[in-house]
Amino acid sequence: MYKYDGYDKQIVKERVEQFRDQTERYFNGTLAADEFLPLRLQNGLYVQRLAPMLRVAIPYGMLSSTQLRKLADISRQYDKGYLHFTTRQNVQFNWPQMKDVPDILEELRSVEMHSIQTSGNCIRNTTTDQFAGVVGNEVIDPRPYCEVIRQWSTFHPEFAFLPRKFKIAVNACPDADRAATMVHDIGLDIVRNEQDEVGFKVFVGGGLGRTPVIASEIRSFLPEKHLLSYLDAILRIYNMHGRRDNKYKARIKILVKAMGPEEFARLVEEEWQHHKDKSTTLTDAEINRVKSFFTEPAYAQLENNSASFIEQKKAHKGFANWLVRNTHEHKKPGYSIVTLTLKKTGAPPGDASDKQVEAIAEMADNYSFGEVRVTHDQNIVLADVRQDQLFDLWQDAKKAGFATPNLNMLTDIICCPGGDFCGLANAKSIPVAEQLQIKFDDLDFIYDIGELHLNISGCMNACGHHHVGNIGILGVDKRGDEFYQVSLGGSAGRDASLGKILGPSFARADMPDVIEKLLKVFIENRTEEELFIDTYRRIGINSFKERVYAKAN
Amino acid sequence: MPKLIKQSVVIENIWKKLDTDFDENISNQAVLVPLDRFIENPDLVIGNAQAGVWLDSDQGPGALEPFIEKLALIAINFPKFVDGRGYSYARILRDRFNYQGELRAIGDVLHDQLFYLKRCGFDSFAIREDKDVDSAKSGLSAFTETYQGATDQPQPLFRRR
Repeated sequence: MYKYDGYDKQIVKERVEQFRDQTERYFNGTLAADEFLPLRLQNGLYVQRLAPMLRVAIPYGMLSSTQLRKLADISRQYDKGYLHFTTRQNVQFNWPQMKDVPDILEELRSVEMHSIQTSGNCIRNTTTDQFAGVVGNEVIDPRPYCEVIRQWSTFHPEFAFLPRKFKIAVNACPDADRAATMVHDIGLDIVRNEQDEVGFKVFVGGGLGRTPVIASEIRSFLPEKHLLSYLDAILRIYNMHGRRDNKYKARIKILVKAMGPEEFARLVEEEWQHHKDKSTTLTDAEINRVKSFFTEPAYAQLENNSASFIEQKKAHKGFANWLVRNTHEHKKPGYSIVTLTLKKTGAPPGDASDKQVEAIAEMADNYSFGEVRVTHDQNIVLADVRQDQLFDLWQDAKKAGFATPNLNMLTDIICCPGGDFCGLANAKSIPVAEQLQIKFDDLDFIYDIGELHLNISGCMNACGHHHVGNIGILGVDKRGDEFYQVSLGGSAGRDASLGKILGPSFARADMPDVIEKLLKVFIENRTEEELFIDTYRRIGINSFKERVYAKAN
Repeated sequence: MPKLIKQSVVIENIWKKLDTDFDENISNQAVLVPLDRFIENPDLVIGNAQAGVWLDSDQGPGALEPFIEKLALIAINFPKFVDGRGYSYARILRDRFNYQGELRAIGDVLHDQLFYLKRCGFDSFAIREDKDVDSAKSGLSAFTETYQGATDQPQPLFRRR
């Protein structure tokens, strides 16, 4: 994992001082509220429905056990003893006091963390595959490139006041996309060309929100050394030409759509000629320096499937279930990637108490070289667990409430904080997730359904990624009442697609029955090997629609 | 009299920002002429050592390229400080057109944007009149180190660390 040197420390230290000064000027009245607003947002500080909310950056989702313990400690000292993992691999405190924020930043600084550019109309935290560096089939570990982008984007003087927020995601797996890159402002797909050189396939203009769009390819191969100069060119075109008259039309996706991806690509290439081969060109020395922070830990020489491991699987059905659902093949023999699910029934998706966060830190130290990754579907990954320790880990995880074996299943719901916390929300989202988790608590039924992504957003800003849920649920306001619109057929993966709206919206109390009817249509129509998304794509939306809206006899 | 930070020194801002409609007899006056009037009649500015041309945030700098060596003062207007187009215009003027004269930020110019403005090549700042210019000045030095190259320091940190 990346470690700060004197330069990084200095920059973060000066940021804390700057924000302390800005906060003081706000409280003494020399900095007006509307002048402070964009500044505090660029430091992750929102003023929410009930209290301020502070979003802390977790660069590309990586956290050490030391950082986890610090987050737990901050949640106790400055908040109500819990925190919330977001859909962009960040973490949020829901109840800090505005006057305490500079002190919280100081605490974060002590463990090389910050809240820089976690909100506001600037370049946000770069996200990537939570399995980066530990899966066998990736082109190359994407994290060094994410770190290079993090440094380039941090306080980039030209792009601090963009038309709207800007999110970059990086993927390096040819056959999977766990970072939802196709619904980002820039999606970078790491590839090799015919000469076996590393580079990027560049996509722009993807996004969710009010106008969901799948990104368009604007360059099939960008050599790695040109990464930053090309990003500069894209951002400059967007900064100068993106709409500023209407915040709902200000994202880059609207610009790309309006001028067409070919024209946008042409402008970027033209702009890039002025940046190319200048000092922003990455050097081998820098690429290698950053790569040196992401080397392999001291793996033991092990074999897959030892006799005792096979024995444990046989003896404990629950353990075997959990292995199938919540572990993934590791590139090293004898190791597994484990996902701890923060989706236990009754707990808001992504929430974790201080004790739970400390339990995760403990598990990271005991089983996975002291590191974890946060996923965009609001779970936690232990990336390097020895197979012969999985049984012990499973027991620890069960005790802490992280072993619900529902990863990628119906009840592994992505959900925004919704109307319980968020000032933007039209409707509550967490109670819907809870209703569904209670209704569908039979694991055998859930396993029979198989992989199914159900995503819930409390408003059209789509923090719960409902457009790319196989089943998407969107909270809408109908004359002051909370209703829910259902869409089907979204996917955030390699085959990215946007959901289609099923029809008129439903009252919250009806949601479990609506979902049950949708599942029944799937069960009746599926072939043996089909997942929900496959059946939907084959039979279309009408059969689902007819069942759900059929008049009761 | 409103104030201006020019090359880190606070001075009186004697320049008058003209709108499109003005009397053409401005010889030897300290004025900022809007871009379209300048393009109609470049001599309004070029013959006058005190005069400059100003761009609004929806006017790119491209039209100034043919005149770049003859201009001593270009001002870029920020109608609102959150409108960040002027940062890109400044970099194009400095890095691409190699503009060497004074580059001034005008309009909604505030303490907390000065560091970014300076990095993009601005060297004078007409701080919004209701703000204390002396205290705003400290915003120029908010950071002592930076990651990415820009106009003030084209070498990114990775070529220096």
